Amino acid sequence: MIRRRNLFPRRLDIARDCVEMTHGGGGRAMAQLIEELFLTAFDNEWLRTQDDCAQFQVPAGRLVMATDSHVVSPLFFPGGDIGCLSVHGTLNDVAMAGARPLYLAASFILEEGFPLADLKRIADSMGQAARQAGVPIVTGDTKVVERGKGDGVFITTTGVGVVPNGVLISASRAQPGDAILISGSIGDHGMAVLAQREHLSFDAPIQSDTAALHELVAAMVAAVPDIHCLRDPTRGGLASALNEIAQQAGVGMRLQEAMIPVREPVRALGEFLGLDPLYIANEGKLLAICPAESADRLLAVMRAHPLGRAAAIIGQVVADDHHFVEMKTVFGGSRLVDWLSGEQLPRIC
Amino acid sequence: MKYLDEFRDGDLAQGLAAHIRQAVEPNRRYALMEFCGGHTHAICRYGIEDLLPENIRLIHGPGCPVCVLPSGRLQAAIELVEREQVILCSYGDLLRVPRAHGDTLLKAKARGADIRMVYSISDALEIARAHPERPVVFFAIGFETTTPPTAVAIIQAQRAGLDNFSVYCNHVLTPPALRALLASGGEVDGFIGPAHVSTIIGSQPYEFVATDHQRPLVIAGFEPLDMLRAIAMLIRQINADEAVVENEYTRAVSATGNRKAQGLMDEVFTVRPSFEWRGLGWLPHSALQIRPKFAGWDAERRFEMPPIQAADHKACACGEVLRGVKHPQDCTVFGTACTPDHPLGSCMVSAEGACAAYYHYGRFRQAAAL
Repeated sequence: MIRRRNLFPRRLDIARDCVEMTHGGGGRAMAQLIEELFLTAFDNEWLRTQDDCAQFQVPAGRLVMATDSHVVSPLFFPGGDIGCLSVHGTLNDVAMAGARPLYLAASFILEEGFPLADLKRIADSMGQAARQAGVPIVTGDTKVVERGKGDGVFITTTGVGVVPNGVLISASRAQPGDAILISGSIGDHGMAVLAQREHLSFDAPIQSDTAALHELVAAMVAAVPDIHCLRDPTRGGLASALNEIAQQAGVGMRLQEAMIPVREPVRALGEFLGLDPLYIANEGKLLAICPAESADRLLAVMRAHPLGRAAAIIGQVVADDHHFVEMKTVFGGSRLVDWLSGEQLPRIC
Repeated sequence: MKYLDEFRDGDLAQGLAAHIRQAVEPNRRYALMEFCGGHTHAICRYGIEDLLPENIRLIHGPGCPVCVLPSGRLQAAIELVEREQVILCSYGDLLRVPRAHGDTLLKAKARGADIRMVYSISDALEIARAHPERPVVFFAIGFETTTPPTAVAIIQAQRAGLDNFSVYCNHVLTPPALRALLASGGEVDGFIGPAHVSTIIGSQPYEFVATDHQRPLVIAGFEPLDMLRAIAMLIRQINADEAVVENEYTRAVSATGNRKAQGLMDEVFTVRPSFEWRGLGWLPHSALQIRPKFAGWDAERRFEMPPIQAADHKACACGEVLRGVKHPQDCTVFGTACTPDHPLGSCMVSAEGACAAYYHYGRFRQAAAL
């Protein structure tokens, strides 16, 4: 499988070695890092060619492309790490067009001195996430910056996919009367990262929800091809995603707070830190907007999928010139759910 | 969630709201001021006003530490961090509060100042321990709630000989602010008294509100049912022409408060003769300074920080909002020139500011030209 082994008489000591400037220099050290660490983790026929780019056939249909950079701190958190996160993040962006993801590219900015053991753990996690999703990482790039100029590792992934015929999913299609659905509990990813960062521990630790959603999307699109809009509420959380859609489609939203699923430890940590789960990042949840008459069918399909078990209908799209997202509170009053202002939680994904 | 859901129960709220609607006299108007920004946010976040009859008007008070910090004190901090190369540790809200011409700690940070956002003063102590070669200053603000932790940190720093640590003390006191509000007239019929502050100082320090000014005051927790219950208690008093201090928040507040915390405050701090508040002006005996025996940990003494007088933005009505004279939406720049993303005044920045609450939770947003 791996050729030219004799080019590197001494194998990388992954347990003890660190990233050095030469690993980004384009020379033999870089070739060895790619071969012994990344190739081993991602192994597939495109990478084995060791070309600078990947060549592949694409099925007929509309091509979708998305890219996402990942700078999360800490790199490892309950429920995941920057590696699987970087795969899931881009797969989900592609899937939100209703597309089937096909291929991924991955680009690494490594900081001098970063332990190779950690890098291997991250690459293995990426490889595993890509294999589980059935989407190979077919090309990539590695750069190294001086110690102090990065923060361990930054990863940018890019994905391509194809949209099935007859599917047109876009935020601009949300229209008054549509139902708003969420695929499960909100705020898990952001709170898991934050709890880790602040060393806040619970009896049952909060796990990131990081997951690839394209199979859930495929099931949803098959059952309700006329889904109007899909969005994964990552940074800025559910509140910001809904405001973006309201703005793009020129509509308003009315939510029912009682219907929005939030797990108990997430609520508790939110209370403790003064953070509203509506604004906390998710990495394995999607928002769906569909015609009201299809909502129950869509909900049933979502709940039948492991990643949509706690799905719920949380509100509806309304005509509103202000494009406000409003929420009926559990308490019986109503409030606006505004855009996130400022930067509530930096370095969350 | 135990101990929280019980205080947010929608059915109980409807019952209390019905009771309040029955209790109010239809031809009477009730102006109630909640002192704390925490209460203001609960009102907006849970939509409490939607449950109240129209003749109850809630007026928002000055109980937001970030909001009442005058521009001069903020400017002094920016000048300190840029002049002395200190590490300045601050709560997140403060970083975005603008001075008159828009400069903020966040902008100073972008220019290269070493400003670190912390969640508590113990984080600042950690930073001081980790950087023994650098002076580390904690930007202390807050009412009586956050003062005891500051006192503990200063005592700890003294005991540990942590000489690179100091505190820029901006702690203020609640009762003098209430006194100033009452002295300035106004139309407040009753007060919803502070929640967390009262856990420290107790209910006794508010007695003057009833005895000297004949206004009822009900101490209330920050949960929405606490507030509805406190409003019901105030309505009862007002209807009966009573004026006494009552305590709705009995699960946390006693008459005498937390004696241990009071002792720590007294050990480390002394009352300043006078202190400037944004919106309320110079109020006598309204703030704390670090006692001379802890002078080494007092950033004002240590770095000889000069007193600075600085004007606020001309168009900003934070002063009137903090005195309860104006509602946020009465300010000409609310929601237009002044938003949480581009605040002109502190009340639009802080998590406890009335303007931020109104903007964020949407009350009267429709009125603003968006």
